[in-house]
Amino acid sequence: MSAVAARPSRPRTGATLLVIAIVVTVGAYAIVGLGLHGRVPSNTVVYGLTIGGAYLVAWATVRWTAPRADPVLLPIAGMLGGLGLAMLYRLLPREVADAQALWLLFGLSAFILTLVLIRDDRILDRYTYTIGLAGLLLLLLPVVPGIGREINGARLWATVGPITFQPAEFGRLLIVIFLASYLSAKRELLEAGVGRLGLPRVKDLGPLLLAWGASLAVLFLERDLGASLLFFGIFVVMLWVASGRLGYLIVGGLLFALGAVLGYLTLSHVQDRVAYWLHALEPAHVHAFGYGQLAQSWFALASGGLVGTGLGRGSPDLIPFRASDFILSAFGEELGMLGTAAILLLFVALIGRGLRIALDRRDSFGRLLATGLTTTLALQTFTIAAGVTRLIPLTGVPLPLVSYGGSSRVATMVMLALLVRISAGPWHGWQRSPT
Amino acid sequence: MERRIRRVGIAFVVLFALLFGQLAYVQVFAADSIKNNPANFSRQLIAEYNVRRGSILTADGQVIAESVPGTPGSRYRFDRRYPQGELYSSITGYYSRIYGRTNLEQSMNAYLSGEAPELAVSTFTDLFLGRPKRGASVIVTIDPRVQEAAKNALGGNQGAVVALDPRNGNVLALYSTPGFDPNALSSGTDEQIRRAWTTLNDDPRKPLLPLATQELFLPGSSFKILTGSAAIENGYGPDSRWPNPHRLTLPLTNEELQNFGDEFCNGGSPTVTLQIGFQESCNVTFAEVGLKLGPERMAEQAQAYGMCLTDPPAKTTCDDHPISFELPFENGRFPQPSYFERNDPLLAFSAIGLDNDLVNPMQMALMASAIANDGRLMNPRVVTQVRDAQGRVAREFRPKQWGEPISPATARAMTQLMISVVNGGTGYRAAIAGIQVAGKTGTATNGPGEAPNAWFTAFAPASAPRVVVSAIVLDGGDLGSEATGGQVAAPIVKQVIEAALS
Repeated sequence: MSAVAARPSRPRTGATLLVIAIVVTVGAYAIVGLGLHGRVPSNTVVYGLTIGGAYLVAWATVRWTAPRADPVLLPIAGMLGGLGLAMLYRLLPREVADAQALWLLFGLSAFILTLVLIRDDRILDRYTYTIGLAGLLLLLLPVVPGIGREINGARLWATVGPITFQPAEFGRLLIVIFLASYLSAKRELLEAGVGRLGLPRVKDLGPLLLAWGASLAVLFLERDLGASLLFFGIFVVMLWVASGRLGYLIVGGLLFALGAVLGYLTLSHVQDRVAYWLHALEPAHVHAFGYGQLAQSWFALASGGLVGTGLGRGSPDLIPFRASDFILSAFGEELGMLGTAAILLLFVALIGRGLRIALDRRDSFGRLLATGLTTTLALQTFTIAAGVTRLIPLTGVPLPLVSYGGSSRVATMVMLALLVRISAGPWHGWQRSPT
Repeated sequence: MERRIRRVGIAFVVLFALLFGQLAYVQVFAADSIKNNPANFSRQLIAEYNVRRGSILTADGQVIAESVPGTPGSRYRFDRRYPQGELYSSITGYYSRIYGRTNLEQSMNAYLSGEAPELAVSTFTDLFLGRPKRGASVIVTIDPRVQEAAKNALGGNQGAVVALDPRNGNVLALYSTPGFDPNALSSGTDEQIRRAWTTLNDDPRKPLLPLATQELFLPGSSFKILTGSAAIENGYGPDSRWPNPHRLTLPLTNEELQNFGDEFCNGGSPTVTLQIGFQESCNVTFAEVGLKLGPERMAEQAQAYGMCLTDPPAKTTCDDHPISFELPFENGRFPQPSYFERNDPLLAFSAIGLDNDLVNPMQMALMASAIANDGRLMNPRVVTQVRDAQGRVAREFRPKQWGEPISPATARAMTQLMISVVNGGTGYRAAIAGIQVAGKTGTATNGPGEAPNAWFTAFAPASAPRVVVSAIVLDGGDLGSEATGGQVAAPIVKQVIEAALS
């Protein structure tokens, strides 16, 4: 058991970080009240007890079902969720914040449920094609007549009974599980048969072309540029990590470029996105819809400066879609570059932990799954953060754990629960431990 | 696989490093230029309204513009108030979150908003002590008693009054009717502000444009102050004699120029002195003077008095205002010499304030102030001091001389001419018991059959002038087409002088 002993369960680290997360969560909420109305909200104690209690229950579940799991993921997620919720109370208290508080609790419930139900991640490896098919169905569900719904020009929503949700968020998760399972099974096959230039053989390109087709389908049928990019990006990264063949990266990159050009040439909303990005601040456009969003985002970021105006002291209500896509710009205004960078560093820490978890695993399924889940989180975070800062054209995806959005929140919490589960083992040296 | 997972990690680090670079660029390095983008007006406005803007005060401490806490729940922390309503509107201007700023609210904005570099110490102190940033106060030269006298004297007439202290250029009163209530544009809901704006702009009398400084009118006989100055400067003294017909046939044309009412001057004597011509405001005399002096000398004198040379009709605008101060001011206009090469006889009309001569009460007051100040024209000034939030003087605006349009001797001679107008000429209604007033009337036609504009410009006491007043009443005021400057405008000027000297 030496290897297990060499990896201590570190309950104290987790507990300390969780207390910090609760303090940040409640503190941010109180400061928002102070900044907006000059007083700490009267329900701060109830707020703290509810959310703090939920965090503690989630933490206890981790201790119970995965005692040697990573102690950092849950506190970081708690901190990001708490900051996001405080910002929503600052931005749109009545319209979305109360709903999001519920979603935060739902997310934690999904986290707990995932840990309780899936006691060993390798169970998932048994249902490769079932999960893959379910993922594909969810991805394409919004296109189904009678179920799919179009909101803001993109067809990403599905209504089943009383629930309207974004199936792509869950579809993406299932596809990542499928890919981890599929690629770990076919690893030898993929690694073999490297051509002279390191390019994959044509017959090995099948899965890549399939994924490309699926992502184009998402782009053209659902007009969801963000989901399409994420999907293909995750796929290429996982394929490369699994196969180790640079050729996949090259061909994947070429297909990405081809898809981008196709999309740009044929879809007006893709052309618009690029135009908004390039010309956001030009006087002729700056008041027009898409340009104005990015201009207002920049104005918010710039007026925040290095240290920000303070929570509740800026004017982030001038930013369109401030609760969802542009929530980082609201943070940029009120917490400044330091606060925004701190939030992004929390994501970097999350991503770092995710890849560490992947490295610690011995089996390729666990490794690929952890890599895939982390890549999903990383690419999504980068896409929206780079979008609102005008580093790249904006594609609307929520900032994970922070933005308003139920589907994204629940899906991300399930992803984190899976990462926690993967981190619980089996690790490297697991087999050698009996000596 | 391990190496590749590490590489994925490195790739993400690179992506996030780019993100941090972009954040630093937008939020720190380029932040100022992004913030100052004109499209960012909402945020700029909110920032502006978060600062307690400084007050505008008269020399004796009367508040004429101040910032008060805004209505609770408003996006803006402060509202701008003008306690006296329209009385000081042509000085303060308005401060509107929709329509911007004008007059002192605009020209003194850096001080009022606390942004001026002189206020850095005060701002830093506030920051250090955790106090909210406050703007600096602006102290103006306006004398409330003179300003109110101007308003009362004008009564219901459409017109304007300017009062200056000739010794230092201080603007003692600046009042135009119709004015406007700046409160209506500066506080209230956006919809109320828009409605007030529409009403003001639909008014054909243009209340937002002060007659006293920003509009231009024919000066009529008031302009004989300039022509007389030019004559004396060029050696034609008050006793120089001029032929005295009651009408003048102009060279090279069939046009005739008449005396006012087509009357003979000085009982029809064969010749008349410049002195009598001025006192009785004889058009023929001054047309002769103008033609004798020629376009060069007339234009030279106009420029010396701060007027702008134009070339009508091609060019009537004034690009580089010779005289400027803290308020928008349209300098007077006089045609450049080349204009007369084509229209020689028009100089006769230009010499008596017609054709393309254009002035406003501020321009007339400035001319008279040079005469009242031994030939030295002081630049007008409306602000004396800026005081920071702690009451320290942050900036002082000292009197400065603009130029010397006439010699002291000419000034003395012109003073005598202007005294004669009040003592025995067309301006007798401006006479004040015990105080010698010197002035000049003007009645400027608005076209055949229409009521003329009435002018009067004067200073007092003539021996040591402390105040110059110029007034215009549009369309003859109460007297309509029967009006003259002596009847309508002189009594107004008299009241204002009395208020200033009391």
